[in-house]
Amino acid sequence: MQTTPLARNETVKMSVRDLNFYYGKFHAIKNVSLDIPEKKVTAFIGPSGCGKSTLLRTFNRMYELYPDQRAEGQVMMGGENMITSKEDVSLIRARIGMVFQKPTPFPMSIYDNIAYGVKLFESLNASDMDERVEWALGKAALWNEVKDKLNQNGASLSGGQQQRLCIARGIAIKPEVLLLDEPCSALDPLSTAKIEELIAELKEDYTVVIVTHNMQQAARCSDYTAYMYLGDLIEFGATEDLFFKPKRKETEDYITGRFG
Amino acid sequence: MPEKHLSTQFDSELNTVSSRVMELGGLVESQIRHAIYALSQFSAETANQVIETEAQVNAMEIDIDRDLSSIIARRQPTARDLRLLIAISKTTANLERAGDEAEKIARMVKSIIESGSSRALPASELNVAAELASALLRKALDAFARLDTAAAVSILKEDDLIDKEFDGFVRKLITYMMEDPRTISPSLDLLFVAKAIERVGDHAKNIAEFIIYIVKGADVRHSPMDQIESAVK
Repeated sequence: MQTTPLARNETVKMSVRDLNFYYGKFHAIKNVSLDIPEKKVTAFIGPSGCGKSTLLRTFNRMYELYPDQRAEGQVMMGGENMITSKEDVSLIRARIGMVFQKPTPFPMSIYDNIAYGVKLFESLNASDMDERVEWALGKAALWNEVKDKLNQNGASLSGGQQQRLCIARGIAIKPEVLLLDEPCSALDPLSTAKIEELIAELKEDYTVVIVTHNMQQAARCSDYTAYMYLGDLIEFGATEDLFFKPKRKETEDYITGRFG
Repeated sequence: MPEKHLSTQFDSELNTVSSRVMELGGLVESQIRHAIYALSQFSAETANQVIETEAQVNAMEIDIDRDLSSIIARRQPTARDLRLLIAISKTTANLERAGDEAEKIARMVKSIIESGSSRALPASELNVAAELASALLRKALDAFARLDTAAAVSILKEDDLIDKEFDGFVRKLITYMMEDPRTISPSLDLLFVAKAIERVGDHAKNIAEFIIYIVKGADVRHSPMDQIESAVK
């Protein structure tokens, strides 16, 4: 199994080696090894239950919120294994941010949705904070739509705007990696197009990993794609190769809709 | 395509468009056979039939292109399905052009008949090349229907035979023209016929290359034979 398809002068941001994950006794991720390239978009695709979201959640130890869930192996970033790191888990999540399937704005103003996380890690004065909020909302392509109503509740925004607010909140604390877990599955096609446009811009500064049910979305907005099935990494390669001429028959069956 | 899609509708759309291509192929093949008959018998009637069929070939090409656009827009095909549809589009274009060549042969036959010099020309010398080209197109269509890459490779090799026949015929025609300059005008018509036959072989060769593209994902156009053979392995 090819773990690193990287060829063109790209650097590895996260190096996953022999990763296993268990929900109690259930073995959900089986010996997965792959390299996540820096400042690129990597997509995980596969049928429901294949372990793609689970794999994403191991990267920032999101699973630790639940009992009976454990990961073994390596998720190396900056010379450190994220799985066993003694670093405060909230600091890990500040370095590796996450956006979920359903938009989850905090029940507070649009402004505070962004500022809340920043305050946990940095002490900025009022004007610096204003600048940071504008920067994050600008990066998330939301500033022009909300600049006149920053005091309104985040929940007053449309679904697509709420999701961009969550992405703004994620990047406000300047993470190194942004994990997106089906960020568009609750959105209409226009909002989806805006998020995809945003993903293309985000990779200028961030390493993005996206889990998606929508194969066309993976084809449209990722540089690399990993296909998973029943906890195994079946194929990992450059997106254009994987969608045009996959190496494995299992991958071909899935992406052409012959699976089942 | 042995395995079926989850969507039986998608399968039926692919099957329909594939069989439309075979239908077009069959029509073009018979057009070429008739054109060759018209040449060997100098039959104006058969030549006219070939020319009349052309409109039908053109209409079928347009229908297939419309079906392809619709499948691509609605299904967003990937991998082998995508390669199949691209190859069908290219194959259709090649078949339509092979049909154009048949029409060209028919028109030249009529022109030679009208010149009244048909008996003075070495038209029967073209029989071998014409049979080769017609057989090659039929083989290409058979190989396409079965997605047979081994047959595709042998078609690519056979096309060289037609090219050699063409070169030999041109040399012969030149001696005719030198011996009797009155035959120059109808000889030029016959030269166009020979060129059209050679082009039919080229179209068959192109179709064979698309078979390798569908099955192996390798674009072997303009590649040397050893490279093609290793792509098919």
